[in-house]
Amino acid sequence: MIKVLPRNILRIIMLVFFQVFILNNIQFSGFVNPYFYVLFILLLPFETPKWLLLTLGFVLGLSIDLFSNTPGLHASATVFMAFLRPLVLDYFAPRDGYESGTFPRVYYYGFVWFFQYSSILILAHHFFLFYIEVFRLDDFFLTFWRVVLSSIFTIFLVVISQYFIYRK
Amino acid sequence: MRNLVRFILNNHFTIIFILFEIVALTLVFQYNNYQNAIAFNLTRNISGYVDSRILSFRQYLELGAANKALLRENTMLRNSLLSSYKLKIPAVSDVEFDEAWMQQYNFIPARVIGNSVNKQKNFISLDRGLVHGVKPDMAVISGEGVVGVVTGVSDNFSTVIPLLNIDMRISSKLKNTGYFGSLHWGGGDTEIAVLSDIPHHVTLHRGDTIVTSGFSAIFPEGIMVGTIEDFEIYGGNFYNIDVKLSTDFRNLNYVYIIENILRDELLELERASGYD
Repeated sequence: MIKVLPRNILRIIMLVFFQVFILNNIQFSGFVNPYFYVLFILLLPFETPKWLLLTLGFVLGLSIDLFSNTPGLHASATVFMAFLRPLVLDYFAPRDGYESGTFPRVYYYGFVWFFQYSSILILAHHFFLFYIEVFRLDDFFLTFWRVVLSSIFTIFLVVISQYFIYRK
Repeated sequence: MRNLVRFILNNHFTIIFILFEIVALTLVFQYNNYQNAIAFNLTRNISGYVDSRILSFRQYLELGAANKALLRENTMLRNSLLSSYKLKIPAVSDVEFDEAWMQQYNFIPARVIGNSVNKQKNFISLDRGLVHGVKPDMAVISGEGVVGVVTGVSDNFSTVIPLLNIDMRISSKLKNTGYFGSLHWGGGDTEIAVLSDIPHHVTLHRGDTIVTSGFSAIFPEGIMVGTIEDFEIYGGNFYNIDVKLSTDFRNLNYVYIIENILRDELLELERASGYD
């Protein structure tokens, strides 16, 4: 439990840097913008207190906002995603619940579980983010496409990261 | 009272969620209006510094292309220098020309240190600010064409709303016939903007040049905007013209900020005449 804290602090810093310095500078046709930083919320321990979950979502989103000139935008989407996380976790819980000492990763709960869990949260996050950013319903389907394509890309990155970086 | 406390404790998750959303969405809408970009100045100074570090590295990689573009522009400017011309009519040469001219536009060179093209409301940051004479509402152009308008200025940096921002409109006209309309970006393709308000009786051709009209007192007249890619009649009386932008917003390194020295005088007069 003591190791969890420094590991998560390191992770939040690395993810913010990776998002701001690399992913925000890669623009695939102006249409696909992966927001990989949500991985932080996905990987928090099961035992994280709910209030802390929301606070961390807010802090994470706001630090992304600071570097992309969009105050509040990423913060609101990430808080929304953090709010949904316990519900999604409950829905996908194994029959005996989550074992203590495990983390929400492919390593512990398998590819299918992780894919479903992360896809739903990432889609929710991207929907919220893109529609708040546009904030009008003209070009509804254009925005919809941006959401879907960007989500696919983010899910891809998140799942791949499970096999390369967070093997255990 | 006990019940209230218990209610809050039982639902603390939802309540905290709603509180955070209120704070975040307030921030979003507070700064949604692009005039409020000025309020960024504080964070501008910090993130401007970070951005300039990252971009100086990126620009290093793009030096070759930037050099070529600058060389092309220099050649064009040299060609239009007075010293490249010879007077045809000798008799006029005695007239003192300098007295008859006054400067209206002043150019400040700047480097792009932050840029985005993937949002609906994109922004550009420049490494010039108040100390270099930059003020809000100055025009920004690149060697290739229009870029945007300065909104926020701090001591050393400034933010620009580029044409690739759905809140931005630039008054533009057809170079050959002079009909003018309003140009804005639709939020999709980063190379295409839409020119509206051109009446349907005007004859258009693909490839016609669109330039700034100069009516806004921000952009000088005749700055290149782009060329006509496609057009259709919209709503019966007006054209909707797709304009292929001449500026490549994805690869923007060096720009010029244009100060209109006579702008205040013009605005003062327009205000006094109730023109608004």
